[in-house]
Amino acid sequence: MTRRQFWTGIVALAVSTVLFIIPFVFIAIIAVKDKREASRMGFDWPDSWHFWSNLVEVVEARNYMLLLAYFNSTVITVGAVTVLVVLGAMVGYVLQRRDSKWNSLIWAGVMSGLMIPPAVVPTIWVLQELHLFKTIHGMILIHVAYGLSFAILLFRSFISTIPRDLDEAAIIDGAKPLQIFFRVVLPLLRPVTVTVIVVQSIAIFNDFTNALYYLPGRENVTVQLTLFNFQSQFTSQMNLLFMNILLITIPPLIVYMFFNRQIVAGMTAGAVKG
Amino acid sequence: MTRKSPYPLWFVAPAAIIFSVLFLVPTLASFWFSLTRWDLFNAQFIGLENYEQFFKEPFLIKGLFNTVFFAAVTSALKTTLGLLLAVLLTSGIFAQGFLRVLVFFPVLVSTIGVGITFSKLMHPTKGAINVALAAIGIDGPGWLTDPALALFSVALVDVWKGIGLATLIYIAGLASISPEYYEAARIDGATRRQMFWRITVPLVRPATVTVITLSMIGGLRSFDIIWAMTKGGPGFSSDVLASVIYKQYQAGFYGLSTAGNVILFLLIAGIMLPLTARLNRKEVEQ
Repeated sequence: MTRRQFWTGIVALAVSTVLFIIPFVFIAIIAVKDKREASRMGFDWPDSWHFWSNLVEVVEARNYMLLLAYFNSTVITVGAVTVLVVLGAMVGYVLQRRDSKWNSLIWAGVMSGLMIPPAVVPTIWVLQELHLFKTIHGMILIHVAYGLSFAILLFRSFISTIPRDLDEAAIIDGAKPLQIFFRVVLPLLRPVTVTVIVVQSIAIFNDFTNALYYLPGRENVTVQLTLFNFQSQFTSQMNLLFMNILLITIPPLIVYMFFNRQIVAGMTAGAVKG
Repeated sequence: MTRKSPYPLWFVAPAAIIFSVLFLVPTLASFWFSLTRWDLFNAQFIGLENYEQFFKEPFLIKGLFNTVFFAAVTSALKTTLGLLLAVLLTSGIFAQGFLRVLVFFPVLVSTIGVGITFSKLMHPTKGAINVALAAIGIDGPGWLTDPALALFSVALVDVWKGIGLATLIYIAGLASISPEYYEAARIDGATRRQMFWRITVPLVRPATVTVITLSMIGGLRSFDIIWAMTKGGPGFSSDVLASVIYKQYQAGFYGLSTAGNVILFLLIAGIMLPLTARLNRKEVEQ
């Protein structure tokens, strides 16, 4: 490392501390202050610490709404990601392996899913007709529909690196299509599967807009909406609002620490090949 | 063909059904419902009245203009700053790995959380930004309270949150440029600046195309960050199409809201199709 590289690094570190760390420090400081101190929005060190009492108060607020929200968000995330992985891999597999006249149609679907903004009110209408509006499983299916394009793209490009010889060996051994897929191909997709799981989990856990439209109702609350519900209630209690922000920021932080590499792989997939 | 294919098309069916019913059908239906007065149960055909209203109401036109402004500003900043950051974070500087992690983290954090946090930091009198500016003798503006500035402030926060993804894509793009080009240029006596403009910028082009495409589509559809920070205010000064769609939906004007959806769709198609065609054509010419 040259002297120049060292000092550029120091300057970059100083600038990015101000830009990228201070906002998070701000969240943490406000979250541990008492009500009156928090309302001053200052950066000063807390006069007295209220970490635990604020935490308890946020969790207990509105009859344990945050716990219910955590439960709902977890069910939605796990459900949607599971379906996404299986269905996305199946489509990516057939799309990559088979040269069919349907391929261009499938591609058109994938591309439209990436580009077109969902038509919200007509979607509510469809959900209502199917009795899926305001239901957790309806929300899961919506996330599947919206996330499929991304999952298919990742799976298809990864499957192209798996030699066809493997499928052919299984065919000769008399394996059925489902057996080939679940016993031979799917286990080999582990790296890309982890990427899809991690990236989609974070996206679905952080989803606000879709839950706002398709999952109204107190019993259906999700974590991002607690923030919004509390914002009006907590206008004079910024410490609790920020404790809530802190609590819902932690899961993605943990996921990021463990799966940094897979997240990077997923986010840049296909970006460079053009 | 006597043998059945080992790659049966019915593998596609479950995904295709979910996608069609919950995404394609509503999209197609939106064209019809945008021509009606609609309460989810009865739709009464009223022709182009919703669209007429959309283009007559000043605040709705403002939303259309704001959508394009927001997408253009965020996309331009993410592209230029993302490339510069990527060059910096691949040049072997001190703490490079840590800085990459740091810049990327906001991408994964809740947009609503970020929006609320920055709306407090941007408070005109008590917010940390203006307190810091006052300390060095500058009278900070009302970031979110000044109608002329509000949308731009939100755009800055959106860039703060999204810059990590652009940087990441550029870092991957830079890694695919062969170092031989730089060595050859160095032997010929090229300066850093020349190498950046003559080698890096042209050869990192696929990454640039991706960053522009992703940030334009994302920018045109933005809703969370605006809703969390200003709810379209003050007045209607920071309303975009996505927030207009939500407001009309809340007010029960389902036909009008759906017309907004169709306009957003046409706007995205109208901007993205020529843009991607242009970006890809230039790539072929090289």
